[in-house]
Amino acid sequence: MRRSLIFDSTVRLVFDLAMVLSAYMLFAGHNQPGGGFVGGLVAGAAIALRFLMGDLRDVIGVVRFKPWTPLAVGLALAAGTSIWTVATGSEPLDHGAREFDVWGIGAVKVTTATVFDAGVYCIVVGLVLMILEAFADEIEPADDGEPGEVRR
Amino acid sequence: MIVALLGLHVVVGAATLAFSRRLGRLGLVLGAVPMVAVVAWLLSAAGGVLDGRPVVGTLEWVPSLGLSLDVRVDAFTFLMLLIVSGTGTLVVAYAWSYFGRGPEAGRVAGLLTMFAGAMVGVVVADNLLFLYVCWELTSITSYLLIGIDDQKAEARAAATHALVVTAMGGLVMLAGLILLGQQAGTYSLSGLLSSPPSGTVTSVALVLILVGAFTKSAQYPFHSWLPGAMVAPTPISAYLHSAAMVKAGVYLVARLAPAFADTGMWRPLVVSVGLTTMIAGGLRAFRPFDLKQILAFGTISQLGFMMVLLGIGRPETTAAGCALLLAHALFKAALFMVVGVVDHQIHSRDIRELPQLGSGWTSIKVAAVVGAASMAAVPPLAGFISKEMAYGSLVDGTGGDRLVLVGIVVGSILTAAYSIRVAVALVGPAAVRTEEPAPLVAPSPAVAFVAPPVLLTAATVVLGTVPLVWSGLIDSASGALNQWSPTHGPHVHLALWHGVGPALVLSIVTLAMGSTVFALRRPFARWQAALAPRTTGAEVYDGVVARVLSGAGRITAVVQSGSLPVYVAVILATAAAAPTVALVTGGWWSGWPDAYGRIGQLPVAALMVVAAVAATLATRRFVAAVLLGTVGYGMAIFFVIQGAPDLALTQFSVETLSVVVFLLVLRKLPDRFEKPAPAMGQPLRIVVSLAAGAFVVVMALAASGARTAAPVSQEMVEQAYPKGYGHNIVNVILVDIRGIDTLGEITVLATAAIGIAALARSSAKPRRSGVEHHRREVGG
Repeated sequence: MRRSLIFDSTVRLVFDLAMVLSAYMLFAGHNQPGGGFVGGLVAGAAIALRFLMGDLRDVIGVVRFKPWTPLAVGLALAAGTSIWTVATGSEPLDHGAREFDVWGIGAVKVTTATVFDAGVYCIVVGLVLMILEAFADEIEPADDGEPGEVRR
Repeated sequence: MIVALLGLHVVVGAATLAFSRRLGRLGLVLGAVPMVAVVAWLLSAAGGVLDGRPVVGTLEWVPSLGLSLDVRVDAFTFLMLLIVSGTGTLVVAYAWSYFGRGPEAGRVAGLLTMFAGAMVGVVVADNLLFLYVCWELTSITSYLLIGIDDQKAEARAAATHALVVTAMGGLVMLAGLILLGQQAGTYSLSGLLSSPPSGTVTSVALVLILVGAFTKSAQYPFHSWLPGAMVAPTPISAYLHSAAMVKAGVYLVARLAPAFADTGMWRPLVVSVGLTTMIAGGLRAFRPFDLKQILAFGTISQLGFMMVLLGIGRPETTAAGCALLLAHALFKAALFMVVGVVDHQIHSRDIRELPQLGSGWTSIKVAAVVGAASMAAVPPLAGFISKEMAYGSLVDGTGGDRLVLVGIVVGSILTAAYSIRVAVALVGPAAVRTEEPAPLVAPSPAVAFVAPPVLLTAATVVLGTVPLVWSGLIDSASGALNQWSPTHGPHVHLALWHGVGPALVLSIVTLAMGSTVFALRRPFARWQAALAPRTTGAEVYDGVVARVLSGAGRITAVVQSGSLPVYVAVILATAAAAPTVALVTGGWWSGWPDAYGRIGQLPVAALMVVAAVAATLATRRFVAAVLLGTVGYGMAIFFVIQGAPDLALTQFSVETLSVVVFLLVLRKLPDRFEKPAPAMGQPLRIVVSLAAGAFVVVMALAASGARTAAPVSQEMVEQAYPKGYGHNIVNVILVDIRGIDTLGEITVLATAAIGIAALARSSAKPRRSGVEHHRREVGG
């Protein structure tokens, strides 16, 4: 595959910015434009660009997880939040909020909605990773590892 | 207390299964504990229950469904529990010697305990739905027990056969139970019986319930699973397929009959099916040479007999049916155990091969003869007393009763004849064998192995000679059933000697005719071979299963053509056609909407139109993907103009990701579009596309003018911060107001992700994933 210097450099620059942006969107999303879904999409697009650059193995190699791990974590967070809200005596996903005073930052409000949104974020990222994993064979010639194994 | 006993079965069963390998046959000792506990409880509660004071208990389960663990032990349930847990204990004792140190003993023990728990649940349940759950649990444990030897294809097939038939019947029965419960306004069995509903719906419900009972109790035409189930080890056959599980159907019929026998089709249906089963099963018992098969068809025949007696729903016949229930459990379990001992020691059950049993086999021979004699209703044994009662209850009745009586006598003559066949095969094989018997070298069985059938035989003799022992039990049991009958029955007096009357004459005639049939067995067999239907029930079942599978295959071939254009066309055409019908039939047009909202929308719209039209004309896939992306970005700009940053942001991200994924897919596809495949021609594609496009336009125009109710979004805006703790309404809707929807959607996303990976893998690496194997599984 022919590599483009401009494309590679741009992706390197954009990737980190996009990941930070996606995290910001996730946490700010409850009050400003953003949220888990959009944040996950931004992160997914950044990862996909990195993949096109032929560099996905670095990304996954650094964080050291399988593509389906975010799926599982996301489902667990979302389902866990639902169960938590029921277990604490309210309707399913009727979220609660609590304010903490963090030294140096000030009052920080934490809601269970953010946890749920983090689950959504993880699932979107996991979906993108799974799609890329499915097409990963094209980038590298298939070796004889276990099916579904991510090559590092 | 009873609920605790049920729990004990589950806990002990699960524990035995979990440690089955380590426990070995010690598991049988553990597994017997709950059964012995039930028997002990029965003895302690006997006084009150048999005096007509039922023990009740309850445990809430799912209150919103009206589902609670209501239990009620009256005298009839007492009788059933005695059979279930009493024979269960003996069967487990017998299995100790039967399995020896075999590897399957532990697993059998755990499953038997589970099964016994489910069976106890069936007979103590006072809630229709609870009864149904236990009913299906007996089917499942039976499936596992029949298929215990899972290395054998024959055992697996027989287990599946039994499960398919009984579970199908169970589902039909569930429909009936729900209809009945809704009709009565209660799912409580005793409540239902004390004020039985009537009418057409009730009649239909009863027929559905009867189908379930017939499949469970192996009545014609659903009988064919029971002979197949004989591949199971003999202790399992003795317990499930003669003494306990197959009586669940009889139990349910007996429960409902006093209240519902006069409703709709009940009595004619039960009597005709029961008599057919009794006579056909009796006839079939002459054909096989395998002792277990003979006993299996004999069981089918006797179950038909019980069905008739308990299904008529009159006090006299019900009492006779109760007596037969107990008598049958005693002699049939004993006979199965005898056959199991012979099979275990000699490794054959074929009556043509059995050798002459010599010294050391006396107790087994006695048990065989007494069991068979009780089955044939020879006095003074328990079987004789119950059959006398059956004859006596019908002999003084109307013309219809006489007809039933004739059927029962014919069935009993056959029963007597095949009973003699069994006894002669075990005691004097010279009479039935075709070759010289081989000299017996097999060891005679150990005392512990023989003790359970001998105990059962002793009970048969005691109950026969001293009827006073069980007179009170049968009286209370039938009284508990007849309590719901419009006419309360007289008290029952079991007696060995009723005096010379028509019933005794009929008994003598039955025995005489039965002996004659056995003596004439060779011409009888020829006659039967000539007249009997060529296809057996098992073949009918196999045929039905094969037809269903081939039919499903044909439907799948049509519905799932495998052509992506066809799938897309079907989906689009449905999406266009179905709402259009709703649009046209309702008052849908409320005028044209505004041409545009803001002036900035016009250039964006023009760009989108151009890109969309160009996408349809593009010849290269890459160009088409980019043009579609342009349309999507145009939509995002629309959202920006409209002042919806959230939607715009999402739309931008989705479009970016879509284009990237498109690029990935395009690597695997040719650069240019090919000519359309013959599966769908170009004209049809154009028609479907135009229809879908036109529909979307019309729908959008109609919907934008159709707002009549106040928008729900107003309330969402007001509630977003106080209830959802967020200023971003879109996000609050996603995670809070519609949070459950989101949870469902992300679950779908996760599933889709796994599906994508699986699809891509299965086609990408044929060597590794074995595409050939996969195809066979899907296609076959």
